[in-house]
Amino acid sequence: MGNWIVVPIVLPAVMAALIVLAVRHDIVLQRIFSITATVALGAVAVALVIFADGNGPEMYALSDWPAPFGIVLVLDRLSAMMVLLTAVLGLGVVLFASSEWDKRGQHFHALFQFQLMGVNGAFLTGDVFNLFVFFEVLLIASYGLMLHGAGAERLKAGMQYVVINLTGSSLFLVGVGMMYAVTGTLNMADLAIQVPLVAEGDAALLRAGALILLLVFCVKAALVPVHFWLPGTYANAPAPVAALFAIMTKVGAYSILRVYSLGFGENAGDMAWLAQPYILPAAIVTLAVGMIGVLAAKRLNSLIAFSVIGSMGTLLISIALFTPESISAGLYYLLHSTFAGAALFLIGDLVASRRGQYGDRLNTAPVFHQSGLMAVLFFIAAIGMAGMPPLSGFIGKLLILDAARESDAAIWIWSVILVTSLMGIVGFGRAGSVLFWKSASAEGVIEVEGAQWPVLPIIAACGMLAALVALTVFAAPITDYMQGTAAQLFDTTDYIRAVLGDIPAAQLGQ
Amino acid sequence: MEFLVASSIGLLTMCGTYMLLRGRTFPVVIGLALLSYAVNVFLFAMGRLTIDMPPILRDGVTEYTDPLPQALVLTAIVISFGMTALIVVLSIRAYLEIGNDHVDGCPVGEPSEAGDKN
Repeated sequence: MGNWIVVPIVLPAVMAALIVLAVRHDIVLQRIFSITATVALGAVAVALVIFADGNGPEMYALSDWPAPFGIVLVLDRLSAMMVLLTAVLGLGVVLFASSEWDKRGQHFHALFQFQLMGVNGAFLTGDVFNLFVFFEVLLIASYGLMLHGAGAERLKAGMQYVVINLTGSSLFLVGVGMMYAVTGTLNMADLAIQVPLVAEGDAALLRAGALILLLVFCVKAALVPVHFWLPGTYANAPAPVAALFAIMTKVGAYSILRVYSLGFGENAGDMAWLAQPYILPAAIVTLAVGMIGVLAAKRLNSLIAFSVIGSMGTLLISIALFTPESISAGLYYLLHSTFAGAALFLIGDLVASRRGQYGDRLNTAPVFHQSGLMAVLFFIAAIGMAGMPPLSGFIGKLLILDAARESDAAIWIWSVILVTSLMGIVGFGRAGSVLFWKSASAEGVIEVEGAQWPVLPIIAACGMLAALVALTVFAAPITDYMQGTAAQLFDTTDYIRAVLGDIPAAQLGQ
Repeated sequence: MEFLVASSIGLLTMCGTYMLLRGRTFPVVIGLALLSYAVNVFLFAMGRLTIDMPPILRDGVTEYTDPLPQALVLTAIVISFGMTALIVVLSIRAYLEIGNDHVDGCPVGEPSEAGDKN
């Protein structure tokens, strides 16, 4: 694929600069540029996925510096798939925002493109320090987006979000520094070779560094006990931004999967599957906490935010098992939970804006505009998120339960996933019946003054739901792709050879 | 020298963590700044402590200092500088908008509103 690998990073970066410099006074042009760029990104991502499906991992050396001395980007099945997911989600978000949200503050589209650049970079990079840099890019853009069209509540939540992420960045550097001090490399493929060779006296230092890094990724992935930032942030962020943030937690999950299957996988000697004993219990508790939060929520947005925490728990349970079956099941669930979370945030905003002064509080209120349509959309998205048949959430959970059968913790995983699914159904059922059913019997109609109801946001929300339906209909080819992805993650030889050239098998520790 | 560098990193981290856990935004900003100094010195020391060595390999040079942490720390300094500027502006904005400078938006002694709204 040659130079196409760098396009998902360069295209949004150029576009963001162009939007800020050339068309910052014209919102219509900004929208056209932003939507066109996102569609083009999607086309490139499709091409990358098709290429990755047929070929092994491929490296792109930035400035043609040879690995491991320069920074490399690596395209494999996993990174190609994540870039495509980002592009599809981004398209839904930018369409949703392009009717009204992007006028509430400045530079929405520029920040949005920078965010896409950071996310794509984090998915494509093959270097741990470069991962830090792209984390910073996506975080800096997300600070701006989170505070878009400010307000007291949002500033308060935004302040906390910025502080926790700055602390996380400091820890990231500490972890990276310790890994470099011991192994002398930050290239992920080279790390996979160096980790088994580390002297016994340095092993503890490397382990500490790797676990500090794991903590940072867990902050991003909102794993208990470092999940406290998520409900406040997501519930107070502008709706399209909250929907876009659905991919941000997945960046954390992706980083855990990438670093701890490549560098600390089965070839890592004493440090094989280093992350597993820490993530699995935390993920089970995360799922329980998330779904208890769903039951306890008093606002629709915090209900959705807690359901995102729950879905991250489910996803990380399957990642933490670190078997090919569980990883492929988890990746399928990753796609599903991203779209389900995004769809819920978008629909939640449609509902809240139509309820006027009642907003997103879960209380009985008179009927609002397009109440029936909103009820249908909410119903479909809630079925997806709660994991009920026929949508993809059910298939995803089924695959994860099936993959967990062989695990030592199978009883815990099965019982927690099944019980929390019931809690999710009850929570969403209660929210839906209060918002739509009981409200139907209340007196009067809510009129929001001066409001127009553009069609574009509804189309965007429907697009997210259509993605869920597509995941369900094409479940067979998608799970085939995921199985190939999991196999590729477990056979690290191809990845290492793609980056470092044809090194002898003896060095690969096999 | 190892002792001096290690204990200064420890001291900076300790003070930074303490300040970070304070209730008002100003100490939190100072805490973040101290923490980033600690991280920068730590990162710098990860290339081993050597004095008066060139950071570049050349013919005839056998003793050298690792140039990579210096490049890393430069990136880290730039990012943490920008982030400190951002959080200073953000805390001023939050102070003006919310009316007080507590990180959870309500003065000491009064119950948080967050519990009711979530």
